[in-house]
Amino acid sequence: MSYSGGRMLLSSQREGQVSRFNVWVTILVPLLALLFQIYVPLFFRFLNFLEMPLLVVVYLGLMRRNPVSGLLVGAAVGLAQDSWSKNPLGMFGITKTLVGYFAASIGMKLDVDNVLMRFILAFFFYVFHQAFYWVMERALLSQQSPFDLTGWLGLGVLNALVGAALFHFLDKLRVTA
Amino acid sequence: MESFLNRYRNITVLLLVIFAQLVLLAVQVKNDQNVRFIRVWTVTAVSPMARLVEGMRGSGISFVHNYITLHDADAQNRRLQAEVDRLKLENIFLTNELNTADRAKALQLFQQRTPSKTLAASVFSMGIGSSRKVVYVDRGSTSGVMREMAVVIPDGIIGKVTAVYPTQSEVLLITDPMFAAGVVSGKTHAHGTLKGTGTPLCRVDFVAFEDKVEPGDWFYTSGDDRIFPRGMPVGVVKSVRPGQPYREITLDPSGMSRGSPEDVLIVVDSVHQEIPDTPPANQQVYLAPPPPPLAPPAGTTNDAAATAADGSAGAPAAHTTPGTEADKMHAQYQKAAEGAGMLLGGGPTGTTPTRPPDFTKLPVDPRTAIPGRGTAAAPVAPVPVQPAAVQPVPAPKKSTAPPVPAKGTGPADLKTTPDAVRRANQAAGGPGGLPQP
Repeated sequence: MSYSGGRMLLSSQREGQVSRFNVWVTILVPLLALLFQIYVPLFFRFLNFLEMPLLVVVYLGLMRRNPVSGLLVGAAVGLAQDSWSKNPLGMFGITKTLVGYFAASIGMKLDVDNVLMRFILAFFFYVFHQAFYWVMERALLSQQSPFDLTGWLGLGVLNALVGAALFHFLDKLRVTA
Repeated sequence: MESFLNRYRNITVLLLVIFAQLVLLAVQVKNDQNVRFIRVWTVTAVSPMARLVEGMRGSGISFVHNYITLHDADAQNRRLQAEVDRLKLENIFLTNELNTADRAKALQLFQQRTPSKTLAASVFSMGIGSSRKVVYVDRGSTSGVMREMAVVIPDGIIGKVTAVYPTQSEVLLITDPMFAAGVVSGKTHAHGTLKGTGTPLCRVDFVAFEDKVEPGDWFYTSGDDRIFPRGMPVGVVKSVRPGQPYREITLDPSGMSRGSPEDVLIVVDSVHQEIPDTPPANQQVYLAPPPPPLAPPAGTTNDAAATAADGSAGAPAAHTTPGTEADKMHAQYQKAAEGAGMLLGGGPTGTTPTRPPDFTKLPVDPRTAIPGRGTAAAPVAPVPVQPAAVQPVPAPKKSTAPPVPAKGTGPADLKTTPDAVRRANQAAGGPGGLPQP
């Protein structure tokens, strides 16, 4: 199994290889990310900016390169996150469904093993996630949340940094052929 | 279809998952009006379709009602036609009732105006199966009816009573060939005999060749037959043909001009009248003199007041002669008594009378004088009052109408609307104002 090093774009779809994960990894990693998102900020408030479920959805979507699988993982993680929050069911579900779908779709075009690409994608999907969630809050919940693009960009960078490290750790959980 | 789903499988699944979660959201979230989004969205999505379905349903029902179930319109048309027919019959019945009431009123007014004593009767039967022109009325001997009594209506004579029963009488109409009555021309006073012909027209016989009679002349009863009182209108001359030694005159009877009458008057006590100089439809309108002032000025005598009331200074005292026949007769006798130096009913006036008054030579009013009878003294003729404001009723070119009391109630005016005619009849009460049957 060889991974591309210097290029970011794949010349053909056959160059991209589909990563495989054990079932327990597919279930346990999102669950741990949800638990982290719920409990860690209670003890470490400064870690409140982290969006661990989003990073896990992005990683699984990028690595598995299957849009249906990506959107299902995103929907499952998002609905679970909604169920543990005070939001109506579906707010995070719809957002992360789109993130998982687009991540899987982009993963077929890009070299997702590249660290810089992973950083950029993590940053992009974080900003997309926050922006789309803001739109849904205004449209469906009629909540007048502030459009804090600067904060989203800054937190996006931080989440991208954490995501790059997280992705490197999760790469070790892949099933090798 | 399968290839389509395979090609767009990813986006299809994405849309399905997004839609499912949107529905999940809509079930939970409420809008500003506290209505769940699922309800708002459902109503919003269903309303256009519901409107479309409702529009199609309404159009379908309207189409069925307007074009397919038209057979009901035919039945409805028949019902309405039947109702119209029923209302027409009812209208005719009510119109006849009104006409009957008008005829009764006209007969009543005619009874009050004619000097003859009359008895109202209704025709209840025609002479069925008989060649004779007879009708039966509901008055008989118990009501004082006798044979050979005249039967008239305000328009003219109708016939005479030929048979009397206790509660009914048989009336021979003037159109019967057996009928005959004495008549006289209103213009030339030419005498003749009216005879029926069995047709709607009558014939006047025994009018001498030298007597001038023209179409349009009116004939009146002469009273010579001792049945009809003199002066009743008979009819108008329709045609005159020369003959030897008598003229052949065809008469249109005014009493039968509206067909067989329904209400008639039986003359139980005849009083002769004068033959009118003018046709019944062309008689002059009488205008009463102006009334005297209520309070005469102090110092003036009654004669002066009467003179002032007359409105003509220096007018003779005869102008103040009362208008009734009794007063006129009293004035004539008073004048004759004064000529003999006596006060009527009070003896001598102070001077010794040279001779008794001659009451056999009283002045006679030419209006009441009988033709052929001379007068011994000069008549005290009242000055006729010329109508100032009311013009005489113009005579129609060819009038076959009975007498009319005033303008606007004549037969020519009866061509107008039935209501106007009926009101005019009731207002005037003239015999010529009878409505058209």
